[in-house]
Amino acid sequence: MLYFLYDRTFDGLLTAVFDAFNRKEFPNRIVDQAIAIPLFTDTFSVITDVEKSKRVFIALKKKISTSALNMLFVCYLSEMEDVEMMIFRYIQKALASPISIELNFADNDVLSLSKIYKKVQNEAMHIKQFVRFQKTGDGMYFAVVDPLYDVLPLCSDFFEDRYADQIWLIYDARRHYGLYYDKKQTEQIHFETPPAFAIQKGRLTAEQQDETERIFQALWKDYLKSTTIQARKNLRLQRQFMPRRFWKYLVEKQ
Amino acid sequence: MNPRVFDKLKTLADAAKFDVSCASSGTSRSNPQKGIGSAAGWGICHSFTEDGRCVSLLKIMLTNHCIYDCAYCLNRRSNDIPRATFAVSELVELTLEFYRRNYIEGLFLSSGIVRNADYTMERMVRVAKDLRLQHRYNGYIHLKSIPGASREWVAEAGLYADRLSCNIEMPSEQSLKIIAPDKDYQSVFRPMHYIQQGFLQGKEEKKKYRHAPRFAPAGQSTQMIIGATPDDDNRILHLAHSLYQRPAMKRVYYSGYIHLNTYDTRLPALPAPPLVRENRLYQADWLMRFYHFGVDEIVNEVHPNLELELDPKLSWALRNPQVFPVDIQTADYEMLLRVPGIGVKSAQLILTSRKYGRLTSENLRKIGVVMKRAKYFITCRELPAFTVQEARPEYVRRMLLSPKHKENKQLAIDFDHALLPLRSNV
Ligand code: SF4
Repeated sequence: MLYFLYDRTFDGLLTAVFDAFNRKEFPNRIVDQAIAIPLFTDTFSVITDVEKSKRVFIALKKKISTSALNMLFVCYLSEMEDVEMMIFRYIQKALASPISIELNFADNDVLSLSKIYKKVQNEAMHIKQFVRFQKTGDGMYFAVVDPLYDVLPLCSDFFEDRYADQIWLIYDARRHYGLYYDKKQTEQIHFETPPAFAIQKGRLTAEQQDETERIFQALWKDYLKSTTIQARKNLRLQRQFMPRRFWKYLVEKQ
Repeated sequence: MNPRVFDKLKTLADAAKFDVSCASSGTSRSNPQKGIGSAAGWGICHSFTEDGRCVSLLKIMLTNHCIYDCAYCLNRRSNDIPRATFAVSELVELTLEFYRRNYIEGLFLSSGIVRNADYTMERMVRVAKDLRLQHRYNGYIHLKSIPGASREWVAEAGLYADRLSCNIEMPSEQSLKIIAPDKDYQSVFRPMHYIQQGFLQGKEEKKKYRHAPRFAPAGQSTQMIIGATPDDDNRILHLAHSLYQRPAMKRVYYSGYIHLNTYDTRLPALPAPPLVRENRLYQADWLMRFYHFGVDEIVNEVHPNLELELDPKLSWALRNPQVFPVDIQTADYEMLLRVPGIGVKSAQLILTSRKYGRLTSENLRKIGVVMKRAKYFITCRELPAFTVQEARPEYVRRMLLSPKHKENKQLAIDFDHALLPLRSNV
């Protein structure tokens, strides 16, 4: 068994591809360097090198479309077990094939990755749907999320475009980082320890809130209640579209 | 914010809830001057009500006072119910505050008729205008055009709204006159026509000058109530078909009649809204718009109504067994689309994947084809042929109708989901 250890960045993953080809040594698994490695495993530590990853990228660009390249990045964000090897094999096949493999859904890796891509995109969509901003006393709009996959990078353009004239912060409680927008640009900010608001289950306390916040939350709940049609009540359908795991940060479900 | 707003919101959201709201799609507008809001090209559902409907827009009435007396409507003049009216500024603030918190994609505004059509339109337009001009709001706005509104107000509404709609309400004018005596097809078709003209003109001008004012870029929609009158599906779908021939017409909504004004004997006392029929109509609508079906293939003089227990595509396939089985490897796109169990997505995947080799039934299953249905209508590499030809349509029908068959689940597979719209007021 040969394990490649990498730093969990996308550049690191592409560097691993470069190194494998260069050394003519192909890994059985590519894993996070921080995890415990089983006994009797050979390992190779990948040292992330932007130059190497760029060369893989350029080689790939000649073989597959930009959207397929983007698809690989999105799949990487899934953080799913062994998605690295799927991406690795995909790249291997793409480079070896005279025609683009991206539409060959009879290939297992192509098909699996297309499904993972869909899942990650769905999760990103869920974040765009279910983010609920609360307004703080100093006028910032703030939300906590807990996505299954690391999708904030896929949502940043959307929020930046839509809420261009307000300061906002969206905090990923699972990964302890957030997107912060200051009316000029969006940046990722990392937290050493979970900030207080995350521990409060994402709820601002009365002192932290803008004084109108309570009113608009109440109006929103009232609105949803009034707009429901009792004759058509169907809770199963509601849960199907709005999975329960999102409820903990939804104003209307508090 | 005035505490009375709480009561107004309850009354006027309640009054508006029978309206179709799902669609906030059809416009793509980003936010170049850094105001607030953008309309993504697709509609985003921000929440779901307990009845499972998508909440995308703040769907509300400006007022539920009304001088008309439409039989199916809760807000009709003769009902003794709480009435309320929003001030323009209240509605503007509510929309903005909800929007900033990512609760909604935008506003869907309708209104009861006060004084006359134009007076009412003017106030609705003011809400949209204030949002756009004073608050630089770029989110989605849908305005209901009031029946009988004049060209001037429709034109002004089109400047600020993304979509306008004008409800045809009943599948035939005869029915409309009985049930909504204050309305006629004229009062609906005229505003519809103004919208269409504005839309086409706006497009023309956009070609000439980049900064030409936009006019309802998401076009118009309309709605009819199903099951309140004896009109059959043949009538309904042919009407829908003719509406879709209009260039600006993007969606026709069907909404199962809910028996609210139980005292009114002009209306049937349905114990429950005809949801299955409504769903079948949406499926048929889908077949016309995305599956290249002609309306006469779906309903006609011989088959004036959709089957309730089968979706219209399967129903068509069983009436036309002679065109099956379809060879997955060679059939063209149009033909693939006609196979029960194959949707638009899977048909496209089949087209691209079969270039690389012959597809097996396992490949098809992974691509998303519902093999349980499709197997009777296709041949592929190793599938033993027991198609509708050998099995006969009656057998296939029985197999696909088994009691275990969860009808509603099945619907969601072949067709797009989340389309459970409802019926309307104005
Ligand atoms: S449908 Fe419209 S016009 Fe008719 S009564 Fe209701 S609110 Fe008034």
